[in-house]
Amino acid sequence: MNKLTFSIGGVHPHDSKLARECKIETLPLPQTVYVSMSQHLGAPAKPLVNVGDFVKVGQVIAEPGGFISAFVHSPVSGTVKSIAPRKDLAGNFQTHVEIAVEGDVWMEDIDRSKTLVKEITMDKEAILERIKACGVVGLGGATFPTHVKLNPAPGKVAECLIINGTECEPFLTSDYRIMIESPKEIIVGAAIMQKVLGGCRCVVGIEENKPEAIKTMSAAIKELGYPGIEVKVLKKRYPQGGEKQLIDAVMHRQVRSGGLPIDVGAVVQNTGTSLAVYEAVQKNKPLFTNVLTVTGDSIPVGMQHNYLFRIGTPLSFIVEQAGGLPEHAAKIISGGPMMGKAIANLEATTVKGSSSILYLSEEKTIRQSASNCIRCGRCADACPMGLEPFLLYRLTKAADMEGLEQNAVQDCIECGCCLYSCPANIPLLDYIRQSKAQVMGIIRSRNVKK
Amino acid sequence: MLVSPSPHIHADVSTRRIMLDVILALLPAVIISFLFYGWSEILIMAVSVASCVLLEWAITKWLLKAPSTIGDLSAVVTGILLAMNLPSTTPWWIVIIGAVVAIGVAKMTFGGLGQNVFNPAITGRVFLLISFPQQMTDWTAAPGFIHATDAISGSTLLGVYSEGGMDALQAMGYPLDTSLFFDIGGSAGEISVLALLLGFIYLLIRKVVKPWIPLSIFATVIVFSGICYLVDPEVYTGPAFNLLTGGLVLGACFMATDYVTSPMSNWGGVIYGIGIGIIVMLIRYFGSYPEGMSFAILIMNMTVPLLNRWFHQKKYGRA
Repeated sequence: MNKLTFSIGGVHPHDSKLARECKIETLPLPQTVYVSMSQHLGAPAKPLVNVGDFVKVGQVIAEPGGFISAFVHSPVSGTVKSIAPRKDLAGNFQTHVEIAVEGDVWMEDIDRSKTLVKEITMDKEAILERIKACGVVGLGGATFPTHVKLNPAPGKVAECLIINGTECEPFLTSDYRIMIESPKEIIVGAAIMQKVLGGCRCVVGIEENKPEAIKTMSAAIKELGYPGIEVKVLKKRYPQGGEKQLIDAVMHRQVRSGGLPIDVGAVVQNTGTSLAVYEAVQKNKPLFTNVLTVTGDSIPVGMQHNYLFRIGTPLSFIVEQAGGLPEHAAKIISGGPMMGKAIANLEATTVKGSSSILYLSEEKTIRQSASNCIRCGRCADACPMGLEPFLLYRLTKAADMEGLEQNAVQDCIECGCCLYSCPANIPLLDYIRQSKAQVMGIIRSRNVKK
Repeated sequence: MLVSPSPHIHADVSTRRIMLDVILALLPAVIISFLFYGWSEILIMAVSVASCVLLEWAITKWLLKAPSTIGDLSAVVTGILLAMNLPSTTPWWIVIIGAVVAIGVAKMTFGGLGQNVFNPAITGRVFLLISFPQQMTDWTAAPGFIHATDAISGSTLLGVYSEGGMDALQAMGYPLDTSLFFDIGGSAGEISVLALLLGFIYLLIRKVVKPWIPLSIFATVIVFSGICYLVDPEVYTGPAFNLLTGGLVLGACFMATDYVTSPMSNWGGVIYGIGIGIIVMLIRYFGSYPEGMSFAILIMNMTVPLLNRWFHQKKYGRA
């Protein structure tokens, strides 16, 4: 098969999928969960429960705080103990609903059976309403509310739904495991989204380093017999799972700077999101569970896990369940090693988009001190957006906002390829993030004035 | 626990490793020059490398009062390249002067590695060529450990052509075949094209350099000298002669590709290479110096900021 990939830049970090063979285990319930009101891109959700209320698993506990926002459901049954600000994993205060777990009583209307429901009976509006009501957000990293993305502005037509099964970040294996263990559910989810988007074609993009997933997903498509869905094999290359890069790889089209994927007829959804859509629409199960990988270069193979967890479970509880903090862990990351966030606070809790607890040893993750730029151009060769990080770095130091905008700092997707490939260890992305935020602020205020 | 922004891992690449690759790539040609010129060449190499490294260390320690940068091995590369650009008869004190200009003037005054405008080794060599014209063009050499040709004359092939034109060259039988392995005379870096190309292929495989700059230099030299040769073969030397003689291969593969003093973009590199090719041929055909690679590279070094401004990467979604 002809393997596809994106056309500009990219790097090839070792894939380190150490937890590849670890079956998904269901994590035990903790004693207390803390459910964040900011688990999605956009406005925080507004709590609908009061301290002392008894809530069931899957019961709505917060409503969207704006157009781009999402419902939040209780992941456990128990009593609401507090609604208060609490530090998230980066150390920022967010409102959390604290629930003391009592038993495991689910809402009656959730279908808890394992039976595959293949027939899609709902119409477009009902499906969108259900996806919204179930609080489904994109699980590929950005946690953008799915019902908004599946409902393009009038005049925009979706030509291709891309299911993102690339999982191009090293170490992460949660998407891989769900493709192995629940391929049919993911395909039904894809078919549901196809229906919502007016019957466009659908491509499941999987990188070549996951031959088992390519096999199970292809077999699932064949067995279910939905028309217009196919698996496409992609080369192994980071950041293939970046939305813009994946569209380039699959459709050979590029999203204009400042534009949206739908402008070129593309809608990209993660495999995990597809599974969540299936569960919401066919099983009436809101998004309150997800799969996360516990892995790292500093822990023995036996301590690697893929866990099905309830959202709001404290990270420290998961660390304990997985065998405690590894001796050689110097940094703990939520997400992949290229774009994940370093965890400053293990008392923080999981959110809808949590994908991993990754332990890295000091040797693997330490930043060497920076030396002079030798102008080798590796950063520019690696940038998947075709930017020149060495130049943006210099312009940032000179605080040249005009030059930064001309050289498209606002297009940066913060994938980390530049810093990853810099032989002088210059913290290019640290500088670029800073100036990108400033330049985007300038662009926004200019647009407001117009 | 460590906390820092992403990315949290780094590719296995460092300035030191890159410089080490360049040193490894130069080794075949260095070994052949040792075999051919013997102890005098070994001495020049030792003096050149030692003085470049010591000087950089001394400047960082006493003048800049900054951490030493010699660990990145770039001073070693400059030392090797400088030695390869000198006749094997060069007195040791001239070598030291060359090192002072290369490291002290061309490199460290601009702020060290990555900041210099001109290639340090070439700057050192050109300074010596202008200051000590006699010593710098005396190619008479003591025989080394092996002999390829009996005659080690006082002139390079380009020198013969520059002095006496095509007639003088033909009187020698136009001995092109010798230069693939050992020229009849020349600096260490001029005598084995094969060894240099071998090293360059290693750099390409290791992805340390891209081929565009050398290829555009070679192509320009072939086209330029090819046209002239077709117009009047009695006056102008041909493409093969110009590719194989002098410092063309050394310059194109190892000096023009210096990261710091060459353009960042591929297209910028092509224009830069074409410029070098044209200037080197103009000097060889019409200039008073027999060889113009050093001057060509230095002149084109000056255009690099402009080329970097004109040529950019192809950006995503901005076509």
